[in-house]
Amino acid sequence: MSKTLNRRDFIKTTSATTIGVATVASGITLTTFADTNKTPVTNEKRWGMLIDTNKLSEVDIDGMVSACQKEQGWGSEVHSTGSQKPGWIKKLKVKDKATGRISNLALMCQHCEEPPCVDVCPTNASMKREDGIVLVDKHLCIGCRYCMMACPYDARSFVHETLSNQKEHMPRGKGTVESCTMCVHKVDKGGIPACVASANSDAVIFGDLYDASSKINQTLKTVQSAQIRADLNLNTGVRYSGL
Amino acid sequence: MSNIRFEQIEGKSLGFYALIAGLGILILAALGSVYYMEHYGHFVTGMNNRIVWGMPHVFALFLIVAASGALNVASISSVFNKKLYKPLSRLSGLVALSLLAGGLMVLVLDLGRPDRLIVAMTEYNFKSIFAWNIILYNGFFVVVAVYLWMMFERRMNRFSRKAGLVAFAWRLILTTGTGSIFGFLVAKQAYDAVIMAPMFIIMSFAFGLAFFILILMASYQWTNRPLGNVVINRLSNLLGVFIAVVMYFVAVYHLGNLYLAENTGVENFILFDGGIYTKLFWYGQIILGGFIPMALIYHPATKGNRSMLGLASVLIIIGGLIQLYVIIIGGQAYPMELFPGKEILEGYGGVAQYSASLPEISLGIGGVALAIIAVTFLVKFLAFLPESLADDVANPHHKG
Repeated sequence: MSKTLNRRDFIKTTSATTIGVATVASGITLTTFADTNKTPVTNEKRWGMLIDTNKLSEVDIDGMVSACQKEQGWGSEVHSTGSQKPGWIKKLKVKDKATGRISNLALMCQHCEEPPCVDVCPTNASMKREDGIVLVDKHLCIGCRYCMMACPYDARSFVHETLSNQKEHMPRGKGTVESCTMCVHKVDKGGIPACVASANSDAVIFGDLYDASSKINQTLKTVQSAQIRADLNLNTGVRYSGL
Repeated sequence: MSNIRFEQIEGKSLGFYALIAGLGILILAALGSVYYMEHYGHFVTGMNNRIVWGMPHVFALFLIVAASGALNVASISSVFNKKLYKPLSRLSGLVALSLLAGGLMVLVLDLGRPDRLIVAMTEYNFKSIFAWNIILYNGFFVVVAVYLWMMFERRMNRFSRKAGLVAFAWRLILTTGTGSIFGFLVAKQAYDAVIMAPMFIIMSFAFGLAFFILILMASYQWTNRPLGNVVINRLSNLLGVFIAVVMYFVAVYHLGNLYLAENTGVENFILFDGGIYTKLFWYGQIILGGFIPMALIYHPATKGNRSMLGLASVLIIIGGLIQLYVIIIGGQAYPMELFPGKEILEGYGGVAQYSASLPEISLGIGGVALAIIAVTFLVKFLAFLPESLADDVANPHHKG
């Protein structure tokens, strides 16, 4: 006895097959992606940096800036004007109004625990990893620049032009926002950020703020340090001493 | 009120087609500018990493704020049951939707990646005021469209009051959201003030009504329909009150900021020594966009004169654009306070420079043109305008 396939049966069969295939396929895809990151980032660590302005010379800071440029591939934009060029890390010279004391420091994304850029980003492109590193998902960024409005440190840049010769580990894109990643690609492999590596190890210390045995943790326990715009209660990952 | 008859405009005159053509050219110029900016990148604009929101944002936010205010006329009729405004309700809804469409066009096309609009519509960060605004703007279209349907469809007329209430509440929340885009920015001294939200609401009342009055007067003038003094004088008075309240809020905002020591720097910048921003504030926003329109509306020599009311409305629109320029660009130009008690010698600081490029201005004007072309087209195809707003029609109790 032959059975003709009516419309209801056809929809039932094809829907079941489609759902089945989609479920299995997405399962495989998720597993595949999950496998690539064998040690998921957790909040047991909080990456941070301590910059000692007393030990940091102007030459050191220039070195930090160029190490960052070299590592991440920014700064060679040809069309952008000076104020349009990206600046993931800046050299600042600050004078105390009362005493006239001058300090030099490097200013980059402060990797806040409560980042205003993450709060305001409409599409979740601005995000904070569990280990405290604040990043921009270049696939989700729509280039609205609200995060730049919200950042109290002027730490974010907008890519104003088409780019070429990009670094493989750091895809950048015209029309999106970017900032210091704390060299997450190196940190995840047990390395340290390029700027830290370029400066002398006493002037810039990088490490896990939560780890009581880490150099940064121990130093922060003994020296006076400050957060920039501490009044905003953002609990920054980057700290400064000698300011 | 039963003798109000709504009718489409004929829209066959040379003037009509000339208007459409003129606006069309402006819209094409805007689209060309977008192509240019997107193709080459934003380096062709005047924006940079300090002034990240430029002229397009001034126009976009102005239009969005005005859109919400343009709905007021309908709200007064529906929510407060003022019969005089009832014949104006349909046009009020239409102007509101058109202005919002124009504003959103500018906002979206100014994004670094406008091609990712779908991301903005599918990925929401509910902590972000911006994300809430996207929902509020889209919702406004739906709410006002339903409201218009209730007004158009005779069988649905009985629900129009309720729909009007929802639309009224929605537009208040929407403008609160728009003002809060700035009000919640803790980083910049010029922003981070809760008063931004109510100030934007009252700004919307004034800018939206100014647009509405211009469109109303132009459409009646150009279609030779009667428009009586009763309606015009009422709207004129309302506009005067709104612009006075805007000035009151501006005064409270600046005086409040001056009182807080941490904000005296930025206040001095805007009010006294900010160069172009100070000039724009006093001459543009306060005198041109505030005192002169008030004088035109209330001074016995110009009161009741339609040309003067038109001029006042134009000045309020120009003053409003200047006000948003001072808020948006001026607020970004002034450097953030990174190190209290210290002076930054190198690396950051100083007043950021910005000069709007032609493509940015063209995009902004394109948004205004889109709003006007939408109104022009829709009044031709749907019955938005009463065939007469003569005094005896608009107000049957009017004597003589």
